[in-house]
Amino acid sequence: MAADPTNHMEPVATPFFFYLLGGLMLIGGVLVITRKNPVHSALALIVTLLAQASIYLMLYAPFVAGVQIILYAGGIMVLFLFVIMLVSIERSQRERQFNKQWVVGMVAATALGGLFIAVYTKGRGIFPEHALPAVEAQNTQNVGTLLYGQYMFAFEIASLLLLVAIIGAVVMAKKRI
Amino acid sequence: MLDYIKSYLTSNLTPGSAGNMFWAFVYIVVIFLGLSVAVIAMNWLERKILAHMQVRLGPMRVGPHGLLQPIADAIKLLLKEDIMPAEADGFVFWMAPIFVVLAAFTVFIVVPFGPTHAVTDMNIGVLFMLGVSSLSALGIVMAGWASNSHYPLIGALRSSAQMVSYEIAMGMAVISAVMMTSLNQQGTGTLSMIGIVQAQQAQGIWFIFKFFPLGLIAFFIFAVAMVAETNRAPFDLPEAESELTAGFHTEYSGFRWSLFFLAEYSAMIAVSSIAVTLWLGGWLRPFPNLLTGAKWDLFFFLFPGITFLFLAGMCFYSTVRMPKHPLFRIQTIGLAGFGVVLGLIGLILFIPAVRERVQDIYWFSMKVAAFMYLYIWYRGTFPRYRFDQLMKVGWKILLPMGLGVLILTAGVGLWPLIQQTIWNR
Repeated sequence: MAADPTNHMEPVATPFFFYLLGGLMLIGGVLVITRKNPVHSALALIVTLLAQASIYLMLYAPFVAGVQIILYAGGIMVLFLFVIMLVSIERSQRERQFNKQWVVGMVAATALGGLFIAVYTKGRGIFPEHALPAVEAQNTQNVGTLLYGQYMFAFEIASLLLLVAIIGAVVMAKKRI
Repeated sequence: MLDYIKSYLTSNLTPGSAGNMFWAFVYIVVIFLGLSVAVIAMNWLERKILAHMQVRLGPMRVGPHGLLQPIADAIKLLLKEDIMPAEADGFVFWMAPIFVVLAAFTVFIVVPFGPTHAVTDMNIGVLFMLGVSSLSALGIVMAGWASNSHYPLIGALRSSAQMVSYEIAMGMAVISAVMMTSLNQQGTGTLSMIGIVQAQQAQGIWFIFKFFPLGLIAFFIFAVAMVAETNRAPFDLPEAESELTAGFHTEYSGFRWSLFFLAEYSAMIAVSSIAVTLWLGGWLRPFPNLLTGAKWDLFFFLFPGITFLFLAGMCFYSTVRMPKHPLFRIQTIGLAGFGVVLGLIGLILFIPAVRERVQDIYWFSMKVAAFMYLYIWYRGTFPRYRFDQLMKVGWKILLPMGLGVLILTAGVGLWPLIQQTIWNR
């Protein structure tokens, strides 16, 4: 393996990249809800997901980033587009884009924003004192050991849930089994 | 500055791992140019080989034996009027080819042409390659939808359905190969492309032959799935010309169309290099552990030069056979000149310093080239599948086979451990 521990690289996690990717994510997220055309919304969502994958990379979690690209950007979004493409654009553009529930939205947004601000100002104790050592080379192995060791039960429960979902989809899609 | 450039040459790392920006840039440019040349060569070879399979001559007019045909094609495409349908979605129509090309070329930063000949070595190499190459499906879907036309839309739908289904079988095959990197030896497995080849070197076996026939079956699954994944014959339903004119790129013309062409061929090279890395020992020459010693090393070092000399010899043979007509004089001289250039390259490759650095790249490229020939051969041999047959092959044959191989590989790999536990009890 090329990543030997003696080789200290310059960190890629510079503030510039963080703000660039964070900005991309925000712009993509806003576009998802403001575009009238559903396909444009889906494409903006892909931009958001890819920027998110890059942020995972910056956090020295390459495995999560790779899985994010394969599953969300490469798999789920293709299926999303697959369905959306078949929807008539003219009809969907006549539909109301926002419901008029400003009050509920404001309350939820304030609560979430308040939580963020509280964590940012008072939550110093939650986070470790300094950055964890970046074990990029062992990331995949560590994820595997945790998933199949410590969190085996949760992992199996999740897979059972997915199995149920698959069977449910087949039952609903097929008239006669 | 000069020290910075020189400092990399003594290190044993890829430019990305060494953190050397200059050499990373050089590698990227070299790979980009090399790929473009490979795509041009592939264009000519495909037309020529297909033609000979069908007892035709293929391109013969532009240059000797049509050697300049791809260049003429490229000039024609660049000069062509770029048409956008009036009802098309402008931005998405414009983005789609760029997206496809970006996805197809980004993949190559982890392809290991040699132990140090890769732009960078990622811990998640294979995962990265599979993920980014699956993004090209998005570009195809974007192209089909943005054209706002029926044939492209149907082509895009077919393409996305096909890619999503075959990706799963492909993933199963890849996982069983990745598992082989860790089995029956010390330490843990790896997803890094360079690490996988090094594991094959350390275990002294290409993974296609490991746990015979499990490695072979996994390789077979991947070899079928990768043809479907790149939308090539016999799985070229997204661009089936008899049903959908040209599928998702019906409405594209000129430069944009050539971007799709470029992306298709570089994606073919990319998936072939995944197959070569995972199962065929990547840059390793044949029998690296069996036929050792200075004599065998020299024997295998001479291959790159001999290949080029052989090509030069073919050129000279054709030069002699050219019609002795004044109209063919320029072509004859051109062909002889091409032969001389190839011969000179061959001679340069005999220099010891060069041949030692080039041999990894040579063996990797030769293995990939074999896959490229297979692609052409498939196209010349197999009739196109029907869409339901395609889905049946993907879901009912390849996926169960992949799952079976995965479980069996894990079982066979863990067998010594299981045996030990039982014996110790």
